[in-house]
Amino acid sequence: MTAWLGPDEWQAVALSLRVAVVATLISLPFGVAAAYALARWEFPGKQLFNGLIHLPLVLPPVVTGYLLLLAFGPQGPAGRFLEAIFGVSLAFRWTGAVLAAAIMAFPLMVRAIRLALETVDPKLESAAATLGAGPRQVFLTVTLPLLLPGLIAGAILAFAKAMGEFGATITFVSNIPGETQTLPSAVYAFLQVPGGEAAAMRLVIISVIVSMGALLASEMLARRVARK
Amino acid sequence: MNLSLDIRHSLPGFTLDVQFDAPSGITALFGKSGAGKTSVVNAVAGLLMPDAGRIALDNSVLFDSRHNIALPVHKRQIGYVFQDARLFPHMTVEANLAYGLRWAADRPGPTLAELCDLLDIAHLLARYPRDLSGGETQRVAIGRALMSRPRMLLLDEPLAALDASRKADILPHLERLRDELAVPMLYVSHSVAEVARLATTVVILENGRVAQTGPVGDMLSDLQMVRQIGVREAGAVLPATVVAHHPDGLSELSVSGGRLFLPRTALAEGASTRVRILAQDVILASDVPRGLSALNILPAQVTDLRAGDGPGVICQLRCGTDHILARITRRSAEAMGLTPGHDVHAVIKAVSVDPVDVGRG
Repeated sequence: MTAWLGPDEWQAVALSLRVAVVATLISLPFGVAAAYALARWEFPGKQLFNGLIHLPLVLPPVVTGYLLLLAFGPQGPAGRFLEAIFGVSLAFRWTGAVLAAAIMAFPLMVRAIRLALETVDPKLESAAATLGAGPRQVFLTVTLPLLLPGLIAGAILAFAKAMGEFGATITFVSNIPGETQTLPSAVYAFLQVPGGEAAAMRLVIISVIVSMGALLASEMLARRVARK
Repeated sequence: MNLSLDIRHSLPGFTLDVQFDAPSGITALFGKSGAGKTSVVNAVAGLLMPDAGRIALDNSVLFDSRHNIALPVHKRQIGYVFQDARLFPHMTVEANLAYGLRWAADRPGPTLAELCDLLDIAHLLARYPRDLSGGETQRVAIGRALMSRPRMLLLDEPLAALDASRKADILPHLERLRDELAVPMLYVSHSVAEVARLATTVVILENGRVAQTGPVGDMLSDLQMVRQIGVREAGAVLPATVVAHHPDGLSELSVSGGRLFLPRTALAEGASTRVRILAQDVILASDVPRGLSALNILPAQVTDLRAGDGPGVICQLRCGTDHILARITRRSAEAMGLTPGHDVHAVIKAVSVDPVDVGRG
C-alpha cells in the first residue's frame, strides 16, 4: 500500500482516516442526544432545532465552511473562546478539519439514529421501569442495546461522509499537506498540477472503495434493524 | 397488604372515577373493553398520572394529588404483566427474568429456581423471546415481574392473546401464585371464566365507574351482576372439596348443598376447589326427578328471581350455604309457580361443567 502510494498520497489517506474516525466518535454522543430529543420529546423550537441540524445537508458546503471560519477562526468568538479556555485552535489545523467533517456528517448520523430509535418500542422502556429501572438505566439496558445496529449504521454513514468532506473543509482549514490536506483535498491538488492524474486516480480508487464498503455495511445493518 | 385506590381522571371520550380496595389474594378488575380497566392498572403502576386522587399500598402512598406525591414508576415496586408480555427481545429468558433483581436483591422474595419451578420455565432459560410460544411468553413475563420482588402484581389480561388450551395451561400456575406467594394481585379481565377461577375479590367497572364490588362468590351469584356478565356467561362459583376420583372418569366433589359428580379433575382427593356452574346448565324440578340421565340433583330453595328482556328468567337459589344461579324460561317459572321461598331441585348435567371451570379453591 505504501509502495503503491507516494508519501504525500499516503499522508492524505491517513489524515482523512484520522479526521473521519475522530469526527465520528466525537459527534456520536451528540448525535444520539439530538436523535433522542427529536424522536421522543416535544419541545418549543423543535422544528428550528431539526432545521439547524439538517442545514449543512442543504447549504452549499463552502457556505458552511465560511460560517465555521467566522465562528471558529482566530478572530471568531467561538475560536477565541476555545483558544483561551482549552488552548485548542481549530483554524488551519487538522482539528478544524475534524469539526468541519463532524458538522457536515451530523445530519446523516442523526437521521439514521432517529430512524432506529423510532423502531424501539417505548412500551419496552415502560416495562423496564416497572421492573425498577430508572430512566438512565432504562436507556443503557434497553434503549441503547436495541438501538445499536442503527447507531453503528449511522456512525458508518457519518464516517463515509467525513472521509469525503471537501467544500467546508478547504474553506475553513485550507489545504495544507500533512495538516489539513485530506483525501479529497489531495485529489483536488493533484488535479491542479500537470502529471498529477495518476496520483489522483489512485486516491479516487481508494475513495470509491472506502465509500462503497461503508455504504454496504450501513445497508446491511439497516436491514438487520428492519428484520427485528 | 391492601391497595386502596380513589382516582379521577379525564380521558378523551370518558371520565374515570374509581374507588375500591384490593385486599390480599387476587382482585379481579372486570368489565367490558373501554370500561377503564387498563387505565386503572396503569395509574397503580405509575404509567398514567390521574388528574386527582390517592393510591396507597398499606401505609405507603404511591400517589396523592392533594399532597403532590407521585412516586416514579421505577420506585413503586409494583410488578406488571402486560397483555403483550413486552419481554426484552435482546435478552435471553434468563436475562429477562433476572432484569428486575438488580434493584430488588435486598428484598425478600422468590428465587429464580423457585419461580422456574412454579411456572415451569426452567427449560426455556437459554432461549430468546422470539423462540417462545404464546403461553411460554406469558409465563416468562409473569416470572420476570415476580423476580423484581414486587409488593403487588398487576396483570392486564395476561391470557387474552392465548387460545383456550394455552389458557387452561396457565390458569393452574396463576392459582399456585395466588396460594403460595403472598403477593396481592390486581387482575384485569373481561373473561368471566378467568374471574370465576382466580379471583378472591371482584371489582366491576362500567363506563369508568365501579358498578359493584365484593367477594367472588357473592358477586357471581348476584342477580344484578347478570346484566354485566351476560346471561350466557352468568353462573355461580361454589367452594367444593374433592372427595374421590371414580374409575368411570368422574370425580366426586362435596359442596355445601350435597355431592357433585363432574368429569375427572386433575386435583388430588381432599383438595379444596371451586366450581363454576353456568346458570344455563341448571334445570329446576319441583319434585325429585326420576329416570333422568343427569347425575347431580341438589335440593335448593329459590331466593330471588329476575326476568330479563327476552323469554328467560334468572333464578337465584340457596343450595346448602351457597348460592347457585339457574336460567330458565319465564313460561316454566310461571308453570312451576316459582317465587322466593319455593323449594326445588336443581339438576346439573355432569358433562356440561367445563374442566376449566374447576379450579383450586
